[in-house]
Amino acid sequence: MKLSRTKGVAELLAHGGTDEDVVTLTPEEPEDMWHANNLIAVDDILRAHAIRKVTRTTNTGSTTSDRVHTTLTIRVESTFFDPVASALHVSGPVVEENENVSTGQYHTLDLELNRQFTLLKPGGWDSVAKETLAEALRPESGDDLAAVVMQEGLANICVVTEFRTVLKQRVEHSIPKKRAGSSALDNGTKAFYEKVMNTLLRAVDFEPKDGNGSRALLLASPGFVATEFRKYMQEQAQRTNDKKLMAIARDAMVVHSSSGHIHALNEILKSPEVQSRMKDTKYGSETKMMDDFFKRLRNDDGRAWYGVKPVEKAVNEGAVGSGGGVLMVNNSLFRNMDVATRKRYVGLVDKVKAAGGDARVLSSDHESGQRLDALGGIAAVLTYPIFDLDESDDEEAGGDEGQNGEGMAI
Amino acid sequence: MSRHQEFRSVQSTLDEHYYDDDDYEEEEEELSAEDQAAMRQGVADVKAALGVEASKVTTKQIEEALYYYYYDVEKTVHYLLTKFIAPAPPKAAKTTQKAKPPGKHISCLSSRGAPRHLPGTSSAATVMMPSPHESLRLYSPIAIPQFGTATPATAMTRSSISAIFDHMPWGNVPSHRLTVFVEPERPRGGLMGGSGAAPKLTRMQQLAAARKKKVADKKPSSSEDAVDTTRQGIQTLSVEDQPKEKENQILNVSGGFGKRQKLSATQAAGRMPLAELSREERQQDGSSSQHDAMPPSAEQDSTAPEPAPELAPPSAFAQTLFGVGAHEPAPVTTRQFALPYMAYCPSLTDAFSKPSPDDVVLTAQAKAGKKTDAAASSKKKNVGVDAVAHDVKALKVDDAPLPKSKNLNVLSEYEKSKSKKTASFVVVGHVDAGKSTMMGRLLLDLGVVDQRTVDKLRKEAEKIGKSSFALAWVLDQRTEERARGVTIDIATNRFETDSTIFTILDAPGHRDFIPNMIAGASQADFAILVIDAGVGAFESGLKGQTREHSLLIRSMGVARVIVAVNKLDTVDWSKERFDEITHQVTGFLTATGFQSKNVSFVPVSGLTGDNLVRRATDPAASWYQGPTLVDELESSEPTTRALNKPLRMSISEVFKTMPSPTTVSGRIDAGSLQVGDALLVQPSGEKAYVKSMLVDEEPADWAVAGQNAILHLSNIDPIHLRVGDIICDPTHPIQCLDSFTLKALAFDFLMPMPVDVHRGRIHAAGTIEAIPAILDKVTGSVTKKKPKIVKPASVARLVVKLSTKLPLEAGQRVVLRSGGETVAAGLLE
Repeated sequence: MKLSRTKGVAELLAHGGTDEDVVTLTPEEPEDMWHANNLIAVDDILRAHAIRKVTRTTNTGSTTSDRVHTTLTIRVESTFFDPVASALHVSGPVVEENENVSTGQYHTLDLELNRQFTLLKPGGWDSVAKETLAEALRPESGDDLAAVVMQEGLANICVVTEFRTVLKQRVEHSIPKKRAGSSALDNGTKAFYEKVMNTLLRAVDFEPKDGNGSRALLLASPGFVATEFRKYMQEQAQRTNDKKLMAIARDAMVVHSSSGHIHALNEILKSPEVQSRMKDTKYGSETKMMDDFFKRLRNDDGRAWYGVKPVEKAVNEGAVGSGGGVLMVNNSLFRNMDVATRKRYVGLVDKVKAAGGDARVLSSDHESGQRLDALGGIAAVLTYPIFDLDESDDEEAGGDEGQNGEGMAI
Repeated sequence: MSRHQEFRSVQSTLDEHYYDDDDYEEEEEELSAEDQAAMRQGVADVKAALGVEASKVTTKQIEEALYYYYYDVEKTVHYLLTKFIAPAPPKAAKTTQKAKPPGKHISCLSSRGAPRHLPGTSSAATVMMPSPHESLRLYSPIAIPQFGTATPATAMTRSSISAIFDHMPWGNVPSHRLTVFVEPERPRGGLMGGSGAAPKLTRMQQLAAARKKKVADKKPSSSEDAVDTTRQGIQTLSVEDQPKEKENQILNVSGGFGKRQKLSATQAAGRMPLAELSREERQQDGSSSQHDAMPPSAEQDSTAPEPAPELAPPSAFAQTLFGVGAHEPAPVTTRQFALPYMAYCPSLTDAFSKPSPDDVVLTAQAKAGKKTDAAASSKKKNVGVDAVAHDVKALKVDDAPLPKSKNLNVLSEYEKSKSKKTASFVVVGHVDAGKSTMMGRLLLDLGVVDQRTVDKLRKEAEKIGKSSFALAWVLDQRTEERARGVTIDIATNRFETDSTIFTILDAPGHRDFIPNMIAGASQADFAILVIDAGVGAFESGLKGQTREHSLLIRSMGVARVIVAVNKLDTVDWSKERFDEITHQVTGFLTATGFQSKNVSFVPVSGLTGDNLVRRATDPAASWYQGPTLVDELESSEPTTRALNKPLRMSISEVFKTMPSPTTVSGRIDAGSLQVGDALLVQPSGEKAYVKSMLVDEEPADWAVAGQNAILHLSNIDPIHLRVGDIICDPTHPIQCLDSFTLKALAFDFLMPMPVDVHRGRIHAAGTIEAIPAILDKVTGSVTKKKPKIVKPASVARLVVKLSTKLPLEAGQRVVLRSGGETVAAGLLE
């Protein structure tokens, strides 16, 4: 993502905020779209290039409609991010009139690569947003890799980047089970490998634009599927004399996973092969953090808590501070939330930071983030043990049930 | 005769031949029937076929001819006739004479033909027969060529049958026009059941027969059935029967024909209802006179003219038919009418003691056309008379089958079929405990696999330096499995003992393939836990998959486990070692939740086969005198099946076969199904129909819970079928859920986390979304609400969310795994 000078700030500032609250960014990589998704929140003012179909009625009553290239400014109401295509669609009412569109009309802006957009946060940038922006502006580490997590008859082809794991394609193939004197199994396995290989080559670009070597490939499976698949790729490369494929197959790393489901990626990222390659990356540390948390949770020493309420309580008590206190929040909690809720989480993060603890915003698009998501999106390792954090939670739950009961009675 | 032999395989006629020969030889050659060699039998057949001409050829000539024609009796007879008997003109004349029993057929045929060829005449006997008999006539021509030896029964029953017609008004036909049924040559005993020993037909007869056959061509296959019925009816006829009774019987018979016609029109199996009828007749008529066994004298009596019975006034029907002219019956009482349809009956007396090849073919055809011969289903059951009768009774309701389904009451069918018990067991244990090898040895010793196959495998195994894997290769058939010497997927195989049909599910021991092991365990009634007694191996196994597998089979609902302490030969059959292992394993199995009475131990050697099927030969193992592994298996009572529940069958395999490109196999978890049933496949929600099915690799009409069935489906695309899918009853479909509540026993710490969800073959990704409560292990009451973590060995209620919708319902056993470890198992709520 590239930061540029903003033009026409004055008009934007009519919607609130100060000079400092306005940034103009140019997404350059698909990954930047994801960052943009994290940056753009509800009630932000977004100005970007737009293509709008404009219908004009002539004096005679006939209508002509044109697709007009224009620049529109909207107040964000919702965002939609397509992770596979890395496309971000932001919609909301137009706040600045021009010759084509009047205010109040709705428009959905499709942010595009290499076209700059301007973002104004009328309420100012909070610490989490600033951090996200900083992350977005950091140059690409280029350490993303392609991974195929597979088991017999199932393969998940994904790309693991620093900030997220994108499931590019899921390949399912029904392989016949073993039967006496049947070659169907071998044929079925071959067909499966072929399907996976073709899908992999189509879904993953192994030659990134900057051209610094090919993208690494990770093959993971229980048993021998990954090994066999790698062998198959090599054979195919030799047969077709495909040098590119040969290189990919040669450099492919084979690691063990307990299953072919995507959440097994977690184990893969912990494997020494991957750790050595990605240890400095964000998700490397995130994975480690989550593992530590789960370890503590197993020990049940009262220092690991998850869920919004217990964690909020702990943070308010100052239990997540210096000396091992870690707060983990999924970035999904900051996304598409109403301002008040977002403020609440930002407040937690700020409080932990102020107390000297470690506050991390995890990417919900990584396996570690997914695990955190299962825990309610927020978890904390406390500096000192507290055992009764969930007691009141129970009562509240009871209260909730009571309310539900009433609701049902009505 | 000749057709008859063409239709019948040697195998199926063999018994008949023996039988025929018995009679034949008793009278003419006095040879013992049982010990006849093929030649001897052939000679006998030929002689029988030649009848009186047999004397014209020497036994040696027959033997030579037989040898030349490779025991084809028909050809031999033909050859002998043309070579030795027919050439001389006087002999040719004799040939006709020789065929005297068929000569009667000629008269029969001509008598039948007469009314047609002589239009305008107020025709004789044929016309006057009761109308059902008209239909019967259709069958006679076919039967004559096929079952030539018709005479004995005719002779036997003639007088009684003819008595019926004494009541009939014969019209005003001049007596010279009345058909004269020539009395057949007195039959020799050997011809009684003598399909195999029937005389050769003359050309004329064949011609006439062929013509008649054309007329009745639509029911060629079923004529046998008809004949069978008639035969059975005749069996029960006694000469002294009162006319009234006989009338009943004839009506019965004709009724049978009517029914049969109907059935043949729908291509359904006609045989059973007919058999049913014949059985009724038998019950009705207490006479036990078996015409086969009937002494010649009795037959002699039967041929004697009977005094004219009193004439009853013509029936209303007869009056309608024949009008006023009928009131004065002609004095025909002295005439002997061998009813044409009776002519061929006796020849078939034995034809259906076993399903004929035609039946087999018909069955197959019917199956292909979604209509199954009921006979086939009864075939696989014990074919006692009673069993057949039972089946027949059950089938009685199905006289008018729906186009597809036979609408069987499968459960009562199942109760009636006294087939063997079926049981399946899973073989589990730590990797390299010798599971596959042991099962390979078991199959070899039981003769399911022959030594040659194993030798061949051994040679192949030696090639890659793994000769000790030869036995395991019997089950490990995948190239990968062989190359790596490890079982990857469940291997299934079957073997039978005297009481039970067993299905082996050989599970992989390697931890990576536990999903496959779970799939296997979900189909099993009980388990064999194989333990490597080798030093160190037992201990590592106990920490490894021995423990996990025991946990899994217990949580999959397997209650009975046989512990095979394997490789005891490597420790010199040390009793101490066995006792030590027994002690430890008992301890941890009871801790796992097995009752000690359901756990038994057998010291075995899978490689050598000691104590598997046979006792150990090693004197060092003589301390063990308990049951062998197979004994233990047989004593294992299969668990009760949920027969009355709606159908649930999980697909363990989808493949293509000749009968249907969409063939699935799997175990029926609950309920029952039958051919023609509509099924619902979940989660795809597609409907399919059962075209045909195999149960335990035999064609069947129905299957019940606990059986392993292969279904040939129609009206469904293969893409809707996947391994792990559930086939269910469309009226009680299984729901597809993407979130479910589970009452689970935790084996590890549980918290909201991603897990692999296993149910049978289904292996899906999911997440523990919430833990509503921890439950008391005994009472099931809630001890703690919303715990943040569930500790091992505690019972908790979990809410699991799945990434995709899966067919799940309450009461199913689900295993949760995470990171390659089994973390929980439980029942769906």
